[in-house]
Amino acid sequence: MTVLDEPILLADPAETAASPRGMWRTALGLWRTRVGLGLLAGLVALAVIGPWLAPYGETEFVGTPNLRDVEGATLGTDYFGQDVLSRFLYGGRSILVLAVLSTALALVSGVTIGLVAAYSRGLVDNVLMRLMDINLAFPQLLLALVALTTIGPKAWVIVLVVGFTTMPRIARVTRGAAVPVVERDFVSAAQALGESRFRILRSEILPNVSGPLLVEANLRLTYSIAIIAALGFLGFATSVNAANWGLMIQENKGAVSVQPWGMILPGLAIALLTVGTGLVGDGLARAAAGIDRKKAT
Amino acid sequence: MGLLKFVLWRVAFGILTLFVVSVVVFALTQALPSDPARAILGRDATPASLAAKRVELGFDKPAVEQYTDWLGGLLTGDPGRSFVNGEPIMDFLGDRIKNSLFLMVVAAVVSIPLSIVVGSYAALRRDKTFDSSTSVVTLVLASMPDFVIGALLIVLFATNVAHVVPATVRIRPGSAPWSDLKGIILPVAVLTLAVVPYVARVMRASMIEVLESDYVEMARLKGVPERTVLWRHAMPNAIGPTLQVIALNVAYLAGGVIVVESLFNYTGIGLALRDAVREVNLPVVQFLAMFIAAIYVVTNLLADVGTILVTPRLRTRLT
Repeated sequence: MTVLDEPILLADPAETAASPRGMWRTALGLWRTRVGLGLLAGLVALAVIGPWLAPYGETEFVGTPNLRDVEGATLGTDYFGQDVLSRFLYGGRSILVLAVLSTALALVSGVTIGLVAAYSRGLVDNVLMRLMDINLAFPQLLLALVALTTIGPKAWVIVLVVGFTTMPRIARVTRGAAVPVVERDFVSAAQALGESRFRILRSEILPNVSGPLLVEANLRLTYSIAIIAALGFLGFATSVNAANWGLMIQENKGAVSVQPWGMILPGLAIALLTVGTGLVGDGLARAAAGIDRKKAT
Repeated sequence: MGLLKFVLWRVAFGILTLFVVSVVVFALTQALPSDPARAILGRDATPASLAAKRVELGFDKPAVEQYTDWLGGLLTGDPGRSFVNGEPIMDFLGDRIKNSLFLMVVAAVVSIPLSIVVGSYAALRRDKTFDSSTSVVTLVLASMPDFVIGALLIVLFATNVAHVVPATVRIRPGSAPWSDLKGIILPVAVLTLAVVPYVARVMRASMIEVLESDYVEMARLKGVPERTVLWRHAMPNAIGPTLQVIALNVAYLAGGVIVVESLFNYTGIGLALRDAVREVNLPVVQFLAMFIAAIYVVTNLLADVGTILVTPRLRTRLT
């Protein structure tokens, strides 16, 4: 399952060993990439700077719950009598930070496993990839919930479990892109020169799979944001009353007909954030597949 | 006999996967740092009653024995009792399983034909308005988390803007899952909007490939009516490669209900799982994790076998 259009399926990884820089240049010519980057920049800025702009504290009590016109609170109060606008401005940071960290963890581990599997072949390859398959036999959210049951919703548990369940998907893509590269002459040349395994993986193979990886990393970031927001929505945010866009939707669901802002703002924010990463990913995928190149110019 | 052998091999692999899943679920829940006996009895429990509770729950036995007891119970239809109210799990989850399966089946029945139609039509109208607009819409929908789509639908259709459908589903205990059909419109819509983008995109790509194939051109040259070309020649061949993605998405429904049920207060296994995780109700979490993983494995198995059955090239390779 990918957000990508079919071009990526047609693309031969050896052919599309386009450098990430070249891919960005092509992708930036497409309207979807530019719109996506615009959305992303806006939402990231909002999530990062938001807490400093908030008129009230994260958990400050402002007035009677679920009111739309409250003196001093532009958008009214939420289910607990807190300022909706302030909660909203505070609520993006943790989702964004956790999503970036877990995607980074998944990238490092997934790429390592994929490269080692592709380079070693044989038994190592088989064992590694079957282990990845078993990891994929769970819905991602389910495994996250089982892990949270045992240890509780701590930030590091969320990063670990989201990273760990994203890893096999990245490992598969890396392995798929790296297998044809391993066959090529410059790798044999490096082996003949007596380069170390680590150097071959890092300097010879990795740069040649970075194109597909860039697309994959973007896709996985989209899903990590979605799953971390969903965990917040289910009530598993890092601390009980901390502001969190996912949790906000859950909290203010009951009174949505009298005070819809508590649901509209975080809903739109998560939607625009993930659509932003999705559009950028699609632009990169198109650039990698080499389509739209003519239209773009 | 190649097909039978393949099916048997595939079933064996499915069973192996479920076995490993059961070990992982059990090991994860064994790693519990807190004491379940204390969680059940509360802070004031005496050491003697704590010890008695641990024996009652079987925590005094070695881990391997606990595992085999649990697995044996699962296989014989007795997954144990809830930590919270001591009820046998099957008693209070029976209705919820029915409710969730109903929701999943309705969502699948609505979304799969819809995505096949949308995908095929986009392929037929390639690069025209319908195709390019569905391409953008599906990309946007595929990027958004399902509960966010749901939240926005609630704001649009269940509150002031246009109050046409209820925001929560009310199924009284003991009544049939179809007793609140109006309430299930929004949950089904959310699941459908989550599934259609993926399946429609793959269907479109597959259909384009088939429409450009030699046998479709041959059929057209022979003067076969376009309708017959589409339904008899193109469609069956385009669906083959799409089956895998359909299965992945049906399997997704098993996980998707967790969030969607929670959004609409639909009394199914998703809501039960969320509550069980909050209450650290281990036996219920273990059972539901196995149940959802089993749906996952079975749908993937059926997809693999189905792909073989609808793809003559693969079918003959087996024999």
